[in-house]
Amino acid sequence: MVPIAYYLVLSAILFSIGVAAFLIKRNIISVFMSIELMLNAVNLAFIAFSRQWSQITGHLQVNGQIFVFFVMVVAAAEAAVGLAIIIAIFRARNTLNVDQIDLMKL
Amino acid sequence: MSPDLHLWLLPIVPFAGFLVNGLVGRKLPKAFVTTVALVASLIPAIQVAGIVTKFGSLTLPHVENLGTWITAGAFHAGFAFQLDQLTLVMLCVVTGVGFLIHVYSVGYMVEEEGYWRFFAYMNLFLFFMLTLVLAENFLLMFVGWEGVGLASYLLIGFYFTRESAANAGKKAFIVNRIGDFGFLIAMFLLIAHFGSLSFSSVFSQITARPDWQGGFLTAIALFLVLGATGKSAQIPLYVWLPDAMEGPTPVSALIHAATMVTAGVYMVARTHVIFDRSPLALTVVATIGVATAFFAATIGILQTDIKRVLAYSTVSQLGYMFLGCGVAAYSAGIFHLVTHAFFKALLFLAAGSVIHALSGEQDMRVMGGLRTKIPVTFWTMTAAVFAISGVPPLAGFVSKDEILYQAFIAPNGGKIFWAVGLLTAGLTSFYMFRLWYMTFFGERRAPEAAQEDNHGAPVHARSDTKLTLEAEPHAHPVHESPWVMLGPLVILAILSVIGGFMGWPEALGGSNWFTHFLEPAVQTAHLSYEQTSVAIATGAAHAVPAPTPAGNHHLELMLALTSTLVAFLGWLFAHILYYAKPALPARLATQLHGLYSLVRNKYWVDEIYGALIVAPVLFIARWLLGVLIDRAVIDGGTLTAGYTAQGFGALVARIQSGNIRSYAGWLALFAAVLLAVSYFGLTAHFSLR
Repeated sequence: MVPIAYYLVLSAILFSIGVAAFLIKRNIISVFMSIELMLNAVNLAFIAFSRQWSQITGHLQVNGQIFVFFVMVVAAAEAAVGLAIIIAIFRARNTLNVDQIDLMKL
Repeated sequence: MSPDLHLWLLPIVPFAGFLVNGLVGRKLPKAFVTTVALVASLIPAIQVAGIVTKFGSLTLPHVENLGTWITAGAFHAGFAFQLDQLTLVMLCVVTGVGFLIHVYSVGYMVEEEGYWRFFAYMNLFLFFMLTLVLAENFLLMFVGWEGVGLASYLLIGFYFTRESAANAGKKAFIVNRIGDFGFLIAMFLLIAHFGSLSFSSVFSQITARPDWQGGFLTAIALFLVLGATGKSAQIPLYVWLPDAMEGPTPVSALIHAATMVTAGVYMVARTHVIFDRSPLALTVVATIGVATAFFAATIGILQTDIKRVLAYSTVSQLGYMFLGCGVAAYSAGIFHLVTHAFFKALLFLAAGSVIHALSGEQDMRVMGGLRTKIPVTFWTMTAAVFAISGVPPLAGFVSKDEILYQAFIAPNGGKIFWAVGLLTAGLTSFYMFRLWYMTFFGERRAPEAAQEDNHGAPVHARSDTKLTLEAEPHAHPVHESPWVMLGPLVILAILSVIGGFMGWPEALGGSNWFTHFLEPAVQTAHLSYEQTSVAIATGAAHAVPAPTPAGNHHLELMLALTSTLVAFLGWLFAHILYYAKPALPARLATQLHGLYSLVRNKYWVDEIYGALIVAPVLFIARWLLGVLIDRAVIDGGTLTAGYTAQGFGALVARIQSGNIRSYAGWLALFAAVLLAVSYFGLTAHFSLR
């Protein structure tokens, strides 16, 4: 079977890609996608730990999986609200460049 | 149980007048303001008259306590008023002369701006002055003491748009502040030693302890003297009084001649129990008094501003009162206070009438020949001049001779005091008759040597610098004042003539009623003192002013004769110099140039004070406290704190760029740091050792 380290390394790589994309990309949609990527990297880590925990204790441990469902729900809701906000911003400012959306700057 | 005299009404009525005129007087018609002011000063006078009629039936001292003011632990100070012989005398002077001067002011101030303001201040003054003389404890007395200083300041600076008047007001206030410092310290010492500021409590504690001599009592007395020298314009704090002549003339008459400036004398007499135990303090009082009397009289000789002559004369006469108190003849000092109130108020009011007649001219060098033009003023002023010069049997002669006699029989340098006092009497007579001749006799002199000055302005021009100015266009021809002004003059003139008979000395066949009347209030301590000095013959015996014995009538007669002679001598000199040979003074001035300019410039005392005290204080205030402490330390400190916060804030504010990605970057960076720390541990670095 696949050792847990593989999953965790994959999760870390995905998370790092997400962070890097979050920092580098200028388009809000891309930023949004990188957030999703980070969330799913975390989900992967949760699932891996959940499985590992079940093997150690000998019983089925579902806590991590429940967390993942929560994250997915939140992510879905966030996608709905976030996309609505993005559309509203685009209508108002006619751009999706995050560097130009800085009204709250001092 | 004494009847309730409602003593509190005495000060409250003028205060009500002050409130009415001060708050709404601006909008009221002049007649109403006048009525309020006069009624507010007349009611206390009537009440005092009522008290006089009941006075015989009172148990003295009559105290009326209106309630507690301050309670702190065992210390109490109340709103307590006291009435005894001394208070009654002061009440008569303050309300009587005060009312007359209010009446006079109606005529004098009628054309002035701020008529309502003037009367509001005058009533305020009466309120505080009555509080001062009625107070039963030092603290309440101090309230009045400060209050009359305030009223004095307001009235000196009445013409506040004129810089010299505003400065004179400030000078009076600040110089008085030095004296008040002494009064305050004395009160602190009293609280420390007696735990009370009530007269009766303090004095009974002292009387109960005959072994208390000198020591802390001397300290208290000397601080009280400092207070008195400030208020009563004695050396070294007399400098404010001549400048106070910037105020309207009725103010000079009421506050700076008749009443307020005598508060110091009253205070010494009131606290005589303390002074009786301190021969040193008494000697200091007498020395200050006689020195001031002489010093001010010499300055008065060469002044050319009619009001300034009278100002220095006031300082000089106050010196006499101090001398009287200093030789433990308090009743003589108070007697002179009363007669002086009559004739000096009269002199000022008459001088005001002269100034009024000449439409604001105050320089005696341009006066002259007014005798026939303003006859009532002339005759009343003549009475005052003769009274102050000590011509028998007028008021000044009686009271001044009483003081000189008491000084003569006092031990410890009494003869010196007497000699200087006698010389001063001659000088007094000289400068008063000089004023008389210069104002009323000869021909009206052209105003060639005068400065162009407004109503009440001082004349600082030296007589040797001839300023050739155009003759001032006078608004009116010389005119006699209206009867509302002359009435008070006549009444005061009568009082100046007959006032002396209140205390006509026994040596001249009188009964010296005034002294006997005051005896219970100011002389009781002598009896107890006599007993105590027998009880403790050691230590205290060397410098004790002996209780005044009944007196040697023959000696007193001789002294009276001498001083009368001196008074006439002064008159004679004045007659020669300013009437018979008017060219002589100028020639003398050139011959004695050094002395002349020394005295003419008032011994440069103002300049010396300016250089020795004012300049260093200003220097310290401006540079040490102003620049170093205020600007460098305080401003610097707060500014540094402010700028530090601001700079730090600017630094930190750069983090909040508004750029979401930079926030995310910081977040990621510190998350990584946190991760690294939690993984490797904080101590990993140190454990390598």
